[in-house]
Amino acid sequence: MNDSKRIKESEITDENTYLNRRNFIRAGLLAGTTVASGLGYRLLNPPPPRPVETADIKGVTKSGNASLTDEPNSLEEIANYNNYYEFSTSKTGVAGAAENFKTRPWTVSVDGLVRKPRVFGIEDILKIDQEERIYRFRCVEGWSMVIPWVGFPIKRIFDIVEPLGNAKYVAFQTFYGGSNPRGEGVDLPEGANGMQSSLFAGIPFPYVEGLRLDEALHPLAILATGIYGKVLPNQNGAPIRLVVPWKYGFKSIKSVVRITLTSEQPPTTWSKAAPNEYGFYSNVNPEVDHPRWSQATERRIGELSRRDTLMFNGYGEEVAGLYKGMDLKREY
Amino acid sequence: MTDTKFNKFLLFINGLVPLGLLSWDGYFGQLGANPVEFFLRTTGILTLSFLVLTLLISPMRKILGLNGLIRFRRMLGLYAFFYGLVHLVTYSIFDKSLDITAIAGDVWQRPFIAFGMIALTLMIPLAVTSTNGMIKRLGGKRWQKLHQLIYPIVILGVVHFYLIQKSDFTYPIIFGLIVFLLLGFRFFERLQKAGNKRSVT
Repeated sequence: MNDSKRIKESEITDENTYLNRRNFIRAGLLAGTTVASGLGYRLLNPPPPRPVETADIKGVTKSGNASLTDEPNSLEEIANYNNYYEFSTSKTGVAGAAENFKTRPWTVSVDGLVRKPRVFGIEDILKIDQEERIYRFRCVEGWSMVIPWVGFPIKRIFDIVEPLGNAKYVAFQTFYGGSNPRGEGVDLPEGANGMQSSLFAGIPFPYVEGLRLDEALHPLAILATGIYGKVLPNQNGAPIRLVVPWKYGFKSIKSVVRITLTSEQPPTTWSKAAPNEYGFYSNVNPEVDHPRWSQATERRIGELSRRDTLMFNGYGEEVAGLYKGMDLKREY
Repeated sequence: MTDTKFNKFLLFINGLVPLGLLSWDGYFGQLGANPVEFFLRTTGILTLSFLVLTLLISPMRKILGLNGLIRFRRMLGLYAFFYGLVHLVTYSIFDKSLDITAIAGDVWQRPFIAFGMIALTLMIPLAVTSTNGMIKRLGGKRWQKLHQLIYPIVILGVVHFYLIQKSDFTYPIIFGLIVFLLLGFRFFERLQKAGNKRSVT
């Protein structure tokens, strides 16, 4: 071999250096890829829970009515696990998406079959005596919470507008201020944003719900304006929402802008979207299963194993009378 | 350690990263208000992701000529099975309290559970026959035939994911499109092969 082509002894990396360099590269690869995988995985993670900063509501009377011995869930849990599809279909993503939602000015129009139809400013509504109601809250998805609401029976509003004799049902409508390809929008308060199109939510907007008039007049059915003595966080349906504790959570419509008394049963969003899965009544009923979720048990947020679901969510003594003679397996 | 061995080790460690972070977050209560639901959803998505990665190997070899990737396919497949098992065990313990009759009832009543169960059951023979010894015993051709079960498995997996959604189908649709492309690639490849054979004879 020609001398000039031969690699000089001094040019050969000695074995130790070679091994060290290789180990160094390998350690780098291991660290680098692990961190990259970790960061990639983190994209799947829910955002960390947000602290809740809303004002105190003054003069809330503690109500003995329907209070519970169950331990209420923490405000952090209640305000970071929400179904509010106008903002996001991710329960942990709603709090962040609803952050800039403006709830002032806000009006609630009460109309239809009433003697004195009226558009209430939210300030007028907040003048109604507010009381605390600690209720179980059962979602159709099989989880539940215990929530100390602040609010008042819907009946108080009806006492002001005076329903007519032919009013049989109550229709509720949620504020909607997103881009709506179906064109069924309502006026938006200034600066309201963060809402998505119904195309992404997969259900038509604006969200609508309904009750029979006698259900709405039941003393347990309330309009809520707060939680834990504080003003409702946006993600929980600020500034005013319905709470019907013996029905699945989706009946408790959020951010109400319109209440209409009707003689005909009004359409409701989820039964429009999937009539075989969700009925008009949607009373909590462990004997009527949903195609995706067993309704016999539920996971209380904060607990790992499941507990039995109670008929009417445990409010049977108070509300069973409303459904006398009805086949609740058929009229679910 | 040879480079192949080291790269396999790299893949092994990286495959454990999600489980490590999940467990870490779980231990420190960082999985949100409903940790069981989050754990279930994440392990399900990981199962589907590893199935997709496994199916990605063949097209990468054929399109990009990265033949060496075949060495990592077994581990990807086994990770899919592993996360599928973690998914099933989590569901059985926390959702069903290990009540076999309740699980059977769920399979019977809820199509999405049935789809998931079938998919995971079909993965068992693939995991069992993943060793070199088993490949030899079965013979390459038969082994390959058996392992084409991954096609129905991944389809069942995506259907399972689709059926659990209430109304927002974004993620199942993304997975569905990816699987459609991956299986479509194989379909066209076969069509071409069949065409070539005909033109030769």
